Amino acid sequence: MAAIQSLLVALVVVNLAYLAVTRLKTLTRITALQGVLLAATPLAIAGPHGHGLILSLAVLAIKGIGFPWLVARTLSRLEVNPVVEPYFGFNMSLLAGVGGLLFSLWLESRLPFPPGLFPPLLFPAALTSIFSGLTLVVARRKALTQVIGYLAAENGIFLLGVPLAAQGSVWLELSVLLDVFVAVFVMGIALHHINKTFESIDVGRFCSLRD
Amino acid sequence: MNAWLHILAALVLAPLIPGIINRVKARMSGRVGKPLLQTYFDLAKLTRKGLVESHTASFMLGVGPAVSLAAVCGALCLLPSPASPAPASFGGDFMLAAYCLGLSRLALILAALDTGSSFEGMGASREAAFSALAEPVLFLALLALAVDAPSLSLSGMLGQGLSGALAPERLFVPLLLFILLLTENCRIPVDDPNTHLELTMIHEVMVLDHSGPDMAMISYGAALKLWFFAAAVTLSLLPVQAMPPLAAWAAFLAGVALVAVAVGLIESSMARLRLLRVPRLLGSAGALAALSLVLTVWR
Amino acid sequence: MELFGLSLAFYLLGALASLAFAGRETANHLGPAGAVAGSLVGLAGLALTPASAVAQASLPWGLPLGSLALGLDPASRLFLLPVYAVGAAAAVAGSLALAGSEAAQAGPDRRGTHWFFFNILLAGLALVMAARDGVVFLIAWEVMSLAPFFLGSLHDDEAEVREAAWTYLVCAHLGAALVIAFFALAMGQAGATGFAALAEAARAGRLTMPSLLFFLAFFGFAAKIGLVPFHVWLPAIYPAAPGHVAALMSGGMINVGLYGLWRALEILPPPAAWQGWTIAGLGVASALLGILAALGQGNLKRLLAYSSVENMGLICLGLGLGLVGLACGNPAMAALGLGGALFHMLCHAGFKSLLFLCAAEVLTAVGSARIAHLGGLAKRMPAVGTLFLLAGAGIAGLPPLPGFIGELTMALAMLAGLDLPGLLPRTASAASLAALAAVGGFALAAFAKAGGLAFLGAPRTPAAAKAEAPSHAALLAPLFLAAGLVTAAALAPALLRFVGQAVLAFPGMDPAPARAALEQAAMAARTVGFFGAGIILLAGGLLWLRARAGAAHGRRREPTWGCGYTAPTARMQYGAASFVEPAAKLLAGPMGLTRRLDMDPGLFPKRATLFVVSRDAARDRLFTPLFEAVARLCDAAKVVQHGKVHLYILYVLATVVLLLAWKLS
Repeated sequence: MAAIQSLLVALVVVNLAYLAVTRLKTLTRITALQGVLLAATPLAIAGPHGHGLILSLAVLAIKGIGFPWLVARTLSRLEVNPVVEPYFGFNMSLLAGVGGLLFSLWLESRLPFPPGLFPPLLFPAALTSIFSGLTLVVARRKALTQVIGYLAAENGIFLLGVPLAAQGSVWLELSVLLDVFVAVFVMGIALHHINKTFESIDVGRFCSLRD
Repeated sequence: MNAWLHILAALVLAPLIPGIINRVKARMSGRVGKPLLQTYFDLAKLTRKGLVESHTASFMLGVGPAVSLAAVCGALCLLPSPASPAPASFGGDFMLAAYCLGLSRLALILAALDTGSSFEGMGASREAAFSALAEPVLFLALLALAVDAPSLSLSGMLGQGLSGALAPERLFVPLLLFILLLTENCRIPVDDPNTHLELTMIHEVMVLDHSGPDMAMISYGAALKLWFFAAAVTLSLLPVQAMPPLAAWAAFLAGVALVAVAVGLIESSMARLRLLRVPRLLGSAGALAALSLVLTVWR
Repeated sequence: MELFGLSLAFYLLGALASLAFAGRETANHLGPAGAVAGSLVGLAGLALTPASAVAQASLPWGLPLGSLALGLDPASRLFLLPVYAVGAAAAVAGSLALAGSEAAQAGPDRRGTHWFFFNILLAGLALVMAARDGVVFLIAWEVMSLAPFFLGSLHDDEAEVREAAWTYLVCAHLGAALVIAFFALAMGQAGATGFAALAEAARAGRLTMPSLLFFLAFFGFAAKIGLVPFHVWLPAIYPAAPGHVAALMSGGMINVGLYGLWRALEILPPPAAWQGWTIAGLGVASALLGILAALGQGNLKRLLAYSSVENMGLICLGLGLGLVGLACGNPAMAALGLGGALFHMLCHAGFKSLLFLCAAEVLTAVGSARIAHLGGLAKRMPAVGTLFLLAGAGIAGLPPLPGFIGELTMALAMLAGLDLPGLLPRTASAASLAALAAVGGFALAAFAKAGGLAFLGAPRTPAAAKAEAPSHAALLAPLFLAAGLVTAAALAPALLRFVGQAVLAFPGMDPAPARAALEQAAMAARTVGFFGAGIILLAGGLLWLRARAGAAHGRRREPTWGCGYTAPTARMQYGAASFVEPAAKLLAGPMGLTRRLDMDPGLFPKRATLFVVSRDAARDRLFTPLFEAVARLCDAAKVVQHGKVHLYILYVLATVVLLLAWKLS
């Protein structure tokens, strides 16, 4: 119980850290950290045996090591300015993050979950993860931050699925599949094309594509 | 009697903290460093010197340091001693402590502006802006302590220790108080206290035209303020209220010394932030404080 | 009640006398004399009646509507206190400031009418606070709203002053329209005009649409209080009005909006929690935006005006939290919130009018209230400088001055709010404490700027270098206010109990726990008092030691260290814009600061000019476009006004026919 609470609080802090960070490199490290923390959650909930162990190892491999490595590789290849460029300020984003946490805590008290389904704070932690991921997508300029934002949001969805994993839910497989999709498609192909076409990965320039 | 013992300890031992910090910094860079008691020597020397005042200055130049020191002493009176509550305490007294520190700051800002120097005006303006940003962070951190405390005074809030692993967000409070220590006392990464000139941008800049006894009061006040925050960090971390008095005192003094060592280590290993980044640091600290508070309230 | 009537009579006598002797020096003596006499009699009346007493009187009334019901209860007395105290001080200060000043100028002597309206304003304020009938209240309100227009436009030969007075008039009447709508609706539904009857009807549930009534009252009175975005008249009229008028308006008049809101809340059905949060929310917004705007100002009086917006915001924050406590069954929070708000109101009245009187002395001595023209005044006018710096520290809420007690009491309400049920109310209470802290921090910065740059350092202009200290008589009024504030600090627990009488009389307040909570706050105030005395003694002792050290080891004067530059000038000091630059880098938007750099092109520009302008966003973005749209609409409507008389007659005829047809069908 204590371990899972510590993990969840750490996850919430990581979600805020996404919004406060100014360097792309730090952002990838935070993604890795979130992956490692996520990998630890099945162990903390179900104990170190059976499905939990396998799931945990898989998550560690994919989310804790694989994706961050891919992102870091892309980052070094793209040779872009290593600074996160915000549309609106870091302190405002943080304020929005805290607001998101408040909202999700409130939402949890309103939603009729079966008692005992989620450990305390798991749902808010997952929801804030989704919120801060989407905030990264909305409020940051670079395509790379958008990819990381999608990853963070997807991590939140995965976190929601962890307590259900014991029942062998399809949620989990779907979300892992979605991961692969995001990773392969967006990372490998899209970013390079964007960089080639626009000589930048600033998504603000996409507006020149409209009719 | 026991209650006043902490004040006495602070008044006597506070100048040791800058000594410890400097010694740690010196050792980290492979030097021997100043004696541990250097601040005492400095204070003794300064009090024996005459006064040099600026032509421009009015009464404020002299009033500022005195009021500033008195206000910091006032704030110290509200801090509990390791083995007993503070001499004066009432529900919400942390507000009085914070505003006493505000009074001390205002007095120094006005004294700095009194010299008419642009350099000191620069320091004063930065001090005013940054501490205005630090104020809500301090209140949020203290509120996170206050939510579960048996009483809403500093004596009730501090010295409880961290209440268990079930509420890990409580761990942030000492960390936040430590960040505030660095900010309010203008240490690295917010300001570089090393020199009185170009590298230093906030606090030390403000006191350039003070001399003799005035400077002594300012240095002593700065040491006391450092002690205030170091003691607050230690008391928020250690469950001294549950310990026998002697052990509590020993743990407390060791904790304060360790905080000083930590400040020294940070100063040896980090660079000063660009001034533009300071509000961002405070913003992050504020978000962490808000997070801690929200989760504490929610539980 | 008799003394109240006597004070009203003195005001009216003063008004009539100054009108009768208009154009002569005598008017400048009789008018203020009436105001001072009325105020002192009023103060005596307050001092001689027990704080909890309730008095009622009904007088014959010639109008078909309403009745001349007057009364005094704890709330009335509380709000009358600053009116009387500031009224007396402002009258003395004004009389000295205007003595012989008009004689030197060409043109008519307007001091007679000035003092007429001054007394009328005081009488109107007193009457508003004694009215126990909606109609009487509205009449007094209108009188009280109109008088400042004439007072503020004393120097109406300046275009800026005329514009400011018009801004005030428009704002006052937009607010008054809502207040009239509130009373008309309530009186129509209740079928009675007395306050007691209205409250009775509300309790019986006969006031339908209580939410609409709440919003009418809140926005109507908020225009008077000066909450964001209705604050636009404050920064306009305060700098334009003479110093003593600004002091009276900021200390005595602006509170009347709070008083009206207080009465309206007493009349309306018991408040819902959302109403409390609405008031508190607008209060927080006003406090934060007000103090940030104050920080950005370069004019001393405008800075003080925005600081009023901030303090009124804080008061409304306390008021709102008190209502939340009332609605949620948390009597400690209710009593502390309302009590803190009222206490802060008293402190703000004292400090702000003192600051305005000091600013008026600066204006007289230097001829400008712009910080860029001031500096080093504490050396030339030490009394004014000391008072300004102390009042600035006080209004920033620093101990041991009484401003701290009000903020502390409100903070205690917020701490009590941590016990509210539900996550969001608790978080909101905590957030309001954080907002209070932020406001406190920025208020400190703003008054460090105002006091430090205007009174300390080197004079920035020859006029500031030649400023002369005001006469001893001119210090009378500021010293009177300062003495009142020192008394308030020394007797803070007693003052808190006096304030508590009004809080306990608020409908729906559970007396026992409320009294206990207030008593706890009073005990805290007592501790703070001893504590403050300790700090003052310690500082005094240190200063004595310093003086001894100076005597023993020598004391000499040298130039300020100029960073190695040997020809420093006063213009190189930090100025109003540079002082706020660190904050403006972060918060330029809320502070309303815009900057423009004009520089010669090339690598070595010969000339460069930097403009830093602080504009009011609410005025520029909300009201100006709104009124321009209204003006366009009115221009369009001018088609019907063509100057042909026979067609005008046609309008009248058509109107009559239509009315008859509509009424008789």
